[in-house]
Amino acid sequence: MGAYMIRRFLLMILTLFGMSVLIFVMLRVVPGNIVDILFDSAGMVNPDDKKRLEEELGLDRPIVQQYVSWITNMMKGDLGYSYVSEKPALDEILPRIPITAKLAALALFFSVLFGVPLGVISAVRQNTGLDYVLRVISLSGLSLPSFWLGLLILMAFVQYTGWIPIYSDEPRGFWQELWLLSIPAAAVGFRASALIMRLTRSSMLEVLRQDYIRTARAKGATTRSVNYDHALRNAVLPVVTIIGIEAAFLIGGLIVTETVFNIPGVARFLVEAIRWRDYPIVQNLVMLIAVVTVVVNFLVDMAYVVLDPRIKYEG
Amino acid sequence: MATIDHKAELARAGAGVSGFWGTSLHLARRYPLGAAGALLVLIFVLTALFAGYLTAFDPTTTNPRSSLARPSPEHILGADFMGRDMWSRIVYGARISLAVGIGSTVLGCFFGVFIGLMSGYFGGWLDLLTQRLMDILQALPLLVMALLMAASLGPSLTNTIIAISIPIIPNVARVIRSNTLALREMPYVEAARAVGMDEWKIAVRHVLPNTVAPLIVLATAQLGSAILTEASLSFLGLGIPEPHPSWGRMLSESAAEYVRTAPWLVVFPGIAISLAVFGTNLLGDAVRDILDPRERS
Repeated sequence: MGAYMIRRFLLMILTLFGMSVLIFVMLRVVPGNIVDILFDSAGMVNPDDKKRLEEELGLDRPIVQQYVSWITNMMKGDLGYSYVSEKPALDEILPRIPITAKLAALALFFSVLFGVPLGVISAVRQNTGLDYVLRVISLSGLSLPSFWLGLLILMAFVQYTGWIPIYSDEPRGFWQELWLLSIPAAAVGFRASALIMRLTRSSMLEVLRQDYIRTARAKGATTRSVNYDHALRNAVLPVVTIIGIEAAFLIGGLIVTETVFNIPGVARFLVEAIRWRDYPIVQNLVMLIAVVTVVVNFLVDMAYVVLDPRIKYEG
Repeated sequence: MATIDHKAELARAGAGVSGFWGTSLHLARRYPLGAAGALLVLIFVLTALFAGYLTAFDPTTTNPRSSLARPSPEHILGADFMGRDMWSRIVYGARISLAVGIGSTVLGCFFGVFIGLMSGYFGGWLDLLTQRLMDILQALPLLVMALLMAASLGPSLTNTIIAISIPIIPNVARVIRSNTLALREMPYVEAARAVGMDEWKIAVRHVLPNTVAPLIVLATAQLGSAILTEASLSFLGLGIPEPHPSWGRMLSESAAEYVRTAPWLVVFPGIAISLAVFGTNLLGDAVRDILDPRERS
């Protein structure tokens, strides 16, 4: 198992290296860099000024050199400067992380809270009316765009309270923040809970077909005990892995939802930085997302090996 | 790896049906949710095809006098800030949505199948290399990858299709590869090799056709998420550019403000996206149940 872990770890590093190259190249093939945009919008035409600015930002150097300096500086904790605000990229990104992390954690909490129990009920009552209703609900959860759901929630608030629950000022106190964050978290979590519900259902159905479940029934265990003691325990492992992976993939929902609710987190910041062609911010943020996704995947794999005694890996 | 003979299966089940309509009716009864999905998808496709016959207004013609018009007999779903008829925009929006959905799914599947087949059939260093490449493409969540691609290619219809097809490639390649690995060991592949058939020909003639069932299952599943991704990209202003009537784009222009003043501009495009995706998802689930015997419950 040790050898497997090391191999898996090295693969992870390789993936991240490839990702960094991909991000860097993708952002450099963009027609027109920040200097062009600045000059277009300011109506400046002096080619000397343009050249000086390009030199200042290091855009005139060969792409390989730019890449190497990005990576070496990153190792030293220097992420460069934002083109737009001219502040260190690290100072722009770091303060925005906690708010997105809180939002993601709340969304994940909601999705597990509703997804797992409803999925179990749906499997245990397979092909009944209740199962059909729950399946339609979960499928609609996967079909509603989360930004639209967010807008509908805003609309309902305006209609009934005349107040919009968007993040305008720094919230005062823990409870107000929790309240302000739980509305968008519900919008993001709805989709995730639908996914978790579907996976719990199919995982549970798979387990319910196993021989040891039939044995448990044959020896006279109650339905309740079969469902919850024998089946659920075994069905939960694949769900745990999905919850782990989903944690990283929530970011898609967070990007649009932070935009709708005007939440100053990293996910919305990414979109703004892309619009501004603010490379240092975009490349570091996308890299951060890639690191989180890949590391979470790695940890989930490792957890699987540790938790499931049936899995034995050779070298 | 088993392929299903549907005619034999239906006969064994005592369906006693024959012909296209008989089979369709039988399947519709057996999978009512899937039938509902197929109906929604049919409506979606027909709307896109006959958009011109369904609308009285041009979707891009502006009219300052009907700016932010409420729903009325003239503009049944109201009009947007520029006075463009919402019903026309939503009907024509089906074209954009369908074009991006099908375009990116087909493009993603094409490259996914090619890579998966090569990697699974020929193996070796090629397989190792493509697998690592697929790892990299999968290291980012779908929307982030599409955002990065869209940002790099610039906003246009074609570029949006390309941007969304990229994250589809590894999903397809993985499934096709694992299927190919199993198919490669089949006796008929060995037989073909024994009679001296060209390796490429074996891969295309004997292995590829047997990956069609999982491919259809996968493609229908990807279609819904492609449509949803287009809506998200356009909502963020990085997908389909103006003046094309994209459903996601319609929700982006100061939507949070219209929540107060013109809710019809927020409600209807969202319903259109949700119904289209819901239909494809329902259909996708039924297709999986029908074609993938392992998932049958």
